[in-house]
Amino acid sequence: MNGFDTNVILEWAPLLFEGLLVTIAFTLGSLVLGLLIGLLVAVAGMSRHFLLRLAARAYVDAIRGTPLLLQLFILYYGLPAAGIKLTAPVAGILGLGINAGAYLAEIFRAGIEAVPRPHVQAARSLGMSSRQTLVRIQLPQAIALVLPPMANEMISLVKSTSLISTISIGELLRSGQIAVSITFAPLEIYLVVAALYLALNLLLSSLVRHLEMRTGSRGRSEANRTLQDVGV
Amino acid sequence: MISVRKLTKRFGDQEILRGIDLEVAERDVVAIIGPSGSGKSTVLRCLNFLEAPTSGEIFIAGERLGYEDDGRGGQRRRREADLNRQRAEIGMVFQQFNLWPHRTVLENIIEAPILVRRQPPDAAIAIARALLEKVGLLAKQDAYPSTLSGGQQQRVAIARSLAMQPRMLLLDEVTSALDPETIREVLDVIKALAVEGMTMLLVTHEMAFAREVAHRIVFMDEGRILEEAPPAEFFSRPQHARAKAFLDKVL
Repeated sequence: MNGFDTNVILEWAPLLFEGLLVTIAFTLGSLVLGLLIGLLVAVAGMSRHFLLRLAARAYVDAIRGTPLLLQLFILYYGLPAAGIKLTAPVAGILGLGINAGAYLAEIFRAGIEAVPRPHVQAARSLGMSSRQTLVRIQLPQAIALVLPPMANEMISLVKSTSLISTISIGELLRSGQIAVSITFAPLEIYLVVAALYLALNLLLSSLVRHLEMRTGSRGRSEANRTLQDVGV
Repeated sequence: MISVRKLTKRFGDQEILRGIDLEVAERDVVAIIGPSGSGKSTVLRCLNFLEAPTSGEIFIAGERLGYEDDGRGGQRRRREADLNRQRAEIGMVFQQFNLWPHRTVLENIIEAPILVRRQPPDAAIAIARALLEKVGLLAKQDAYPSTLSGGQQQRVAIARSLAMQPRMLLLDEVTSALDPETIREVLDVIKALAVEGMTMLLVTHEMAFAREVAHRIVFMDEGRILEEAPPAEFFSRPQHARAKAFLDKVL
């Protein structure tokens, strides 16, 4: 078992590939959930109603202030004691989504607040409701603005999926561990696993960059300056 | 058309408006002038309910802006939908144009008519094109605002307000952010509107223009209206000492 054994890689490629697919599935599932939660919490955080603002604040603080791994343990190992039994995939998607949602909420909030106030006032002066203004004027500009920090969050989410290996989900890292435990070729296997994570993230960031180009430069310079002011 | 009674506005312990009474009749063109910080823009913002008055009443065509009878002899704040309906009746044009950068010129104009007035898109587009023609920018209908000059953006902003077919137009220092060479094109559009009989209340630093288009000049200082007179009279024989001092400085 000396040197770099490429045969081991070929032999275990099917299992690693399977793990990769599971990682992709959990990333997508928790991303959709996280975006949804993030948007709702961001809007709640800017509500007129004090209790909604408080709830949004508490959510973001609680999630950001505790480790993701611990959150997964509570969902999967802790909740059954309270009579709520989640399957591993459900706990995994929920845990990752709830966690990403807190970070995405802060990103969305910064983006929405960076849309210049006068754009909002112009809409309101034309008789548009606050909801119409949010959906048609603020959100489209905000999302174009926050694509770069959102890409960061997505990449971090891809890597965070490795944590669900601890609640017995056979994602990419866990597939690697299984392969290593049998082949005793940690260098080969883990390097391949690393390459696969890297490939996935490179694909993701080029996708976001493409989106950035498409939403384009129109009117962004002004808004970007404002975004720097709020520290994003 | 508009009737303002004892309007006051306070931000914290700063009194911006100290009791404004103002009447603007249909087809009237009224120019508010005065030193900066006198509360001119705040009056306009209250008339569109972008700022809620601290006290006093504003009536638009006889209907109280922002408040309604609560059925027990008192007044209560209107519901949002109702307030939006009132706002849609009063067009507002801002110093900084405030066009939406993610929408083309045409999209900027048809947005509110489709969303608020529920106009069919075809009809809204036809009206928008006619308005763009009127302000001389039909060729720019598919351009994004950032590619237009300040004067062009402001003309689009005026067209956007007009697309809602408002009863009147509030113009808040609409030429203050413009390069000197584009000011005239905007003033010409406003003048054409005045000739057509559009009711307008404008805050401006362009004394020559105020004299040219306004039927009446309102002079404000420190949150009060100190003088109200036809332009010929006001500019040649200002009555109030502070109006005199102001005119000496700006003319």
